Amino acid sequence: MSIRVLFFASLADIVGTREAAVEAPGLTDVESIFDRFAGDFPALETYRSSVLFALNSEFARPASEVKDGDEVAFFPPVSGG
Amino acid sequence: MFRLVREPINVQSIAASLQRPEDGAVVIFEGVVRNHSNGKAVRFLEYQAYESMALKKLEEVGSRAKTEFPIRDIAIVHRLGHMDIGECSAVIVVTSAHRGPAFEACRFAIDAIKKIVPIWKKEFFEDGEVWVEGAH
Repeated sequence: MSIRVLFFASLADIVGTREAAVEAPGLTDVESIFDRFAGDFPALETYRSSVLFALNSEFARPASEVKDGDEVAFFPPVSGG
Repeated sequence: MFRLVREPINVQSIAASLQRPEDGAVVIFEGVVRNHSNGKAVRFLEYQAYESMALKKLEEVGSRAKTEFPIRDIAIVHRLGHMDIGECSAVIVVTSAHRGPAFEACRFAIDAIKKIVPIWKKEFFEDGEVWVEGAH
């Protein structure tokens, strides 16, 4: 299973990239992918309570199910305008 | 018209392209780059977006504005990348027969953009830089 993972703003700075791919049996929902990256980048933990999730360009819940080929994005509350 | 652009926004041409003879009001909101934030001097800003989702959400904001207010049309253009003080980062143009709904829809649109459109700004100071994070 291959998932495209995007990070934005402060989260991209922490991870050091705006795009990554995970090949991952056992990753079943959006939050499990966040957990995987938080394991590698502990600074992400400070964003756990505020991070927003998107699945294929639409807001998603932590428990939203992911499938092969999906695009998942993690980002802080927005600040455009 | 809903767009993400990297070049300066020509507000008047957007307004002119939207306006029709049946419109009695054209309300324009411009977000502009301010030279201060929380008491600190800002040198410039950079905007980043999750572009595919941001465009979709701008369209959603426009569509909700047209559903909830009796307006004729709405355009939203947001600029990305580096912007200097005084430059326009975002423009909303609303046209309608009467001014009331146009003002209300314009206010609704900028408030909605600040909640649901995945765009972020980074403030650059003399002594550092910081991503601005909105409130939930």
